[in-house]
Amino acid sequence: MKLQRYGTIACLALAATLGLSACGSDNNEPTPGASASGSAAAVDCGTGTVNAQGSSAQKNAMAEWIKAYQQKCQGTTINYEGTGSGAGIQAFIAGTADFAGSDSALKPEEQPQADAKCAGGKALNLPMVIGPVAVVYNAGSGVDNLQFKPATLAMIFAGKVTKWDDAAIKADNPDAKLPSAPIQAVHRSDESGTTDNFTKYLSKTAEADWTFGNAKAWKAPGGVGAAKSDGVASKVKSTVGTISYVEWSYAENSSLNLAKVQNGAGEWAALTAESAGKTIAGAKIEGQGDDLKLSIDYNTKEAGAYPIVLATYEIVCSKGLAADKLKLVKGLLGYAASAEGQTSLTELGYAPLPETVRTKVETAVKNLS
Amino acid sequence: MGETPHRSADAGTGGTRVTQSHEWPAGASARVAEAPVSARTPGGNGLGGGGALPRNRKFGAERAFHGLTLAAGAMVLVIIVAIAAFLIAKAIPALRANTANFWTFEGWFPNDNPPTFGIGALAFGTVLSAALALLMAVPVAMGIALYLSHYAPRRLGNSLGFLIDLLAAVPSVVFGLWGRDYLIGPVTDLSGWLNKYFSWIPIFGGEGPYGNSILLGSLVLAIMVLPIITSLTREVFLQTPTANEEAAIALGATRWEMLRTAVLPYGRPGIIAAVMLGLGRALGETIALALTLGSTYAISFNVLESGGNTIAANIANRFAEANDTGRGALIASGLVLFAITLVVNIIARAIIYRRREFTESAA
Repeated sequence: MKLQRYGTIACLALAATLGLSACGSDNNEPTPGASASGSAAAVDCGTGTVNAQGSSAQKNAMAEWIKAYQQKCQGTTINYEGTGSGAGIQAFIAGTADFAGSDSALKPEEQPQADAKCAGGKALNLPMVIGPVAVVYNAGSGVDNLQFKPATLAMIFAGKVTKWDDAAIKADNPDAKLPSAPIQAVHRSDESGTTDNFTKYLSKTAEADWTFGNAKAWKAPGGVGAAKSDGVASKVKSTVGTISYVEWSYAENSSLNLAKVQNGAGEWAALTAESAGKTIAGAKIEGQGDDLKLSIDYNTKEAGAYPIVLATYEIVCSKGLAADKLKLVKGLLGYAASAEGQTSLTELGYAPLPETVRTKVETAVKNLS
Repeated sequence: MGETPHRSADAGTGGTRVTQSHEWPAGASARVAEAPVSARTPGGNGLGGGGALPRNRKFGAERAFHGLTLAAGAMVLVIIVAIAAFLIAKAIPALRANTANFWTFEGWFPNDNPPTFGIGALAFGTVLSAALALLMAVPVAMGIALYLSHYAPRRLGNSLGFLIDLLAAVPSVVFGLWGRDYLIGPVTDLSGWLNKYFSWIPIFGGEGPYGNSILLGSLVLAIMVLPIITSLTREVFLQTPTANEEAAIALGATRWEMLRTAVLPYGRPGIIAAVMLGLGRALGETIALALTLGSTYAISFNVLESGGNTIAANIANRFAEANDTGRGALIASGLVLFAITLVVNIIARAIIYRRREFTESAA
């Protein structure tokens, strides 16, 4: 018993030391935003507190913007919690969030509820962060530069293509030396906007081979699940024979092999900030006025466009925010939609909004009242 | 345990009757003695001179403490009932909305319209992984405990025991990450080897790539329950009366025979209790399994193939993005886990109860 107590104490001490040192190293890190904010563009400074929550996919982008904005405007408090898109929209409707981040635009049944929170206005969907989704694989050493047609991807993830040297993969990659090994398709075991987006892409581009529709939960049988983006990246990194989909930043951080994907124009597109932006530039704006709800065309014919992208939105009231909050929200989102705010995201694994869309978002933010 | 006879012996010898409450027969438990309060005051013996003093105490600290313990005891019941009521109230609407068979459907899509989800695969995975973990952990834990209590030099035994306790204090997410990022390598190799030579046994069938399997999950679980079982069984083995051990040795038993005839039978209820406690942890383990298992919804005895899922891991994975029905469904699954744990505990109690008399005679 006594020993056990000493053990607990020793552990607490150990944990405390580790915790402290972890915090310490955090503070020492050079802040990447600091240098960028030196060339201060004019920013609207508000005061007070703004609470927002929602999509965890844009959490890092939001954190970067909040940090940069607070350096320009001292004494403001902005909280963004990555609670998930659904929770963010619920909080917006309940009035506990001043704006919400979401991986998808408001659904028709959510729109009137959200509008009710905006006295005299309506709830707007403003695309703010573009998160490209990478197709990553680990087919053993020496097998790289693979490229896939949407139909091939659909067959792999549906479990219809089970070997790396299957005829369908060979047809896409005539020059690659493909091993005769089983393929293991990895998916997210938790529910995620990334899964929703990736399955939406498959269902739009390979209808014949992908019959599972799109949802945040993985519907296809078989394969193996991994928890969170980090788990997916780690699984693909560690296991030969795997293929998966993951946010670009995780793929880059784990230096995984990124596959090229055939777009609607029949080109093999590699994933870059530019090629992902092209898909967004080619997206149709479905919303009216300042509502910039996008309809992404996964079969885009844009030259060089990488089609698997996720647009995440800020959901905000066009009218009806309290005056003090309004100034702060406008200031923050204005900075986020500025050229400076967008380019600061590239190193975090997001793609900047293409100029055509960005200017529209900027105008929409200016019109908030 | 050893103290009880001493106390009663003291009471027997002390004929001074300063405190009346100590005068009650040594065999009667405190609770029995407490009940007939009024019967106590007359004393029943001729002397009874100092009646005022003990009565005063009885209505002071004695009474208050009785109330406190009663409240603590009742609290357990209140908490259990409150948890059960909460789980049932939240689960019923989701279960009503479920359009698939809750017991047999293999999948978990409560956020869909219409919602479909089933507990079968999850409950199966929970029981299978916990059972496998115990199968691996118990022999090792017993070995460690016996070594520490009866073979190792005292100082080494103490420091090793300290290390084991330290293992119990490691948070489960650390075990999970370690399993996911490191242990997966050796397990993948082992799975390949097992599959190559033993694939004729169905549980080792299938084809790779291996890795995030029930085997990996239950190995991590085994390491997590090891310290609990080891600490408790070691404590139990140390309690073996020296007289029993010496008697065995005096009769010509070797060390191993002494352990088998004196230590193990004496410690059996303790071992069972320790194993059940370990099983409780294994059944309820959440994050380590969420990180290591392949999270597929299928009932399969194959321990090598990627896949497997448990109730607790599924809750951890799916709670964040769940809507109302989704949460209700997860709570319903929690209710099933609650029931499984309850059954396990009842079985453990029953075993210990049945063995009790034997141990008491051994003591």
